[in-house]
Amino acid sequence: MAETVVSPEMKELVASGQPIVEFDDVSIGFDGHEVLSNVSFTVAHGETRILLGPAGGGKSVLMKLANGLIEPDSGEIRVFGRSLQDMTENELFEMRAHVGMVFQESALFDSLDVEDNVAYRLEEEHVDPKEIRERVLEALRFVELEQVIDKFPSELSGGMRRRVSIARAIISKPDLILYDSPTGGLDPITSTTIMELVIKQRDVSQTTCLLITHRLQDAFTLATHRFNPQEKRVERIPDNGIDPRTKFLVLNEGHIVFDGTTLELTHTKDPWLREYIE
Amino acid sequence: MSFISPEAYAKTIVASVQEYSLLCGRAVANIFTRPRYTADIFTQMDSIGVGSLPIVVLTGFFTGCVLALQAAVSLKEFGAVNMTGELVTLSMVKELGPVLTGLMVSGRNASGMASELGSMKVSEQIDAMRALGTDPYRKLVTPRLVATVFMLFFLTIISDACGIAGGAFVSVALLKLKAATFFHTGYMSLEHGDVVEGLVKPIFSGFIIATIGCYYGLRTTGGTRGVGRSTTQAVVASSVIIILVDFLVTQLMIGIFGR
Repeated sequence: MAETVVSPEMKELVASGQPIVEFDDVSIGFDGHEVLSNVSFTVAHGETRILLGPAGGGKSVLMKLANGLIEPDSGEIRVFGRSLQDMTENELFEMRAHVGMVFQESALFDSLDVEDNVAYRLEEEHVDPKEIRERVLEALRFVELEQVIDKFPSELSGGMRRRVSIARAIISKPDLILYDSPTGGLDPITSTTIMELVIKQRDVSQTTCLLITHRLQDAFTLATHRFNPQEKRVERIPDNGIDPRTKFLVLNEGHIVFDGTTLELTHTKDPWLREYIE
Repeated sequence: MSFISPEAYAKTIVASVQEYSLLCGRAVANIFTRPRYTADIFTQMDSIGVGSLPIVVLTGFFTGCVLALQAAVSLKEFGAVNMTGELVTLSMVKELGPVLTGLMVSGRNASGMASELGSMKVSEQIDAMRALGTDPYRKLVTPRLVATVFMLFFLTIISDACGIAGGAFVSVALLKLKAATFFHTGYMSLEHGDVVEGLVKPIFSGFIIATIGCYYGLRTTGGTRGVGRSTTQAVVASSVIIILVDFLVTQLMIGIFGR
């Protein structure tokens, strides 16, 4: 994919030093059960924030909150410097035009073929059909799935669906990408392919992203690998280096139990965290 | 087994009515603002209108047949078999055409909408649509609403015509009445108000079918089991409300036209 076209608003936001995503004391519950409790964190421009934690800890809920798909019971969420609670439904739709989201189960439209799924957002924006076709091919080439352009989601494997979902999320060159368990339910080899795509997208486009994963191995791959544009492959950062833009957030039972860098996580003294990462 | 408190039950009902009203309001408001999904409206018209044509034609025709047979038995006692045309025509145009078409289309399409939207909901396709910047009410509900109201209107006219044709067939073939007598008495019995009544009802029924089908579809939870539950609830609710609204519209029309 070509590099992200940074909008003037985004340039202004980056210059002002404001975070791209900001959760301020956010709580939400369903049926009397609190899912997230007083969650506060920020995601800076160009940062990759990995959300870790046991299943049922509120990670997917947090992701939907960040995209304004659900509203918190209390607290404030700011995305691109604007409070989501202050936005009307139409303003939220406009905001989401700058956000790409990869869902846990891909969430491809099963009545549309791969081309129409990937092109969906561009067609909604009435982009010229010729340009749509070019950009769809470019996005599918990026996820190495050009050959399935005419197939329907039901004809694809789980890994392929996930890759098409990534193509759909990145086609509009968003300023923020939300990955909800992109490797969930996939075999290790396919998971590695998906993580390589995430790394490639991060390093080529420098896009801010929030990623949920249950696999610690995937999280550490993101922190320790980079995309080599000359050789066009993902490789380990030399000298046991760590990507400085990759940070971690660990959630347990709706509370943040860790917010920091890769090194801070690996050197933590917290007994629960130690047990979790080991 | 735990029992829900009356207060919680009442709150649930009020919340459902509020949610349904909001859906209806948004679906109607979207007709007057851009963007409009015209291609989706035509797709739905094909699916709802053309797709329902066989069941509407068959139901209408055989309803007319049965109506003529049953009417003839009673009318014979009064020596008024010649009035069969009047009875069949009035019954079909005022009542049976609109209601049976509404119920048949409800069974076919309210369930279809609930299951389609319900499947999209449980597989996160609705969330994906919102995440891609599309309003699901505008993209999914409004085209179905416009298509159902528009097509049900014409399906009802077709059903009425088929019902009268069915009645004529039985009257001529089995009751040995003259076709001219059947059609003449039928035509002479109809007044302006009867036709208006018969054509107002499908507008309400179409609105109920689309909004109830979409409402239950969009509130689906609980996986495939939830989709099945939503489908059943959509058909039951829309059928009952169609008959209830039919009663109210009939009462209103009698008030306006005096018959």
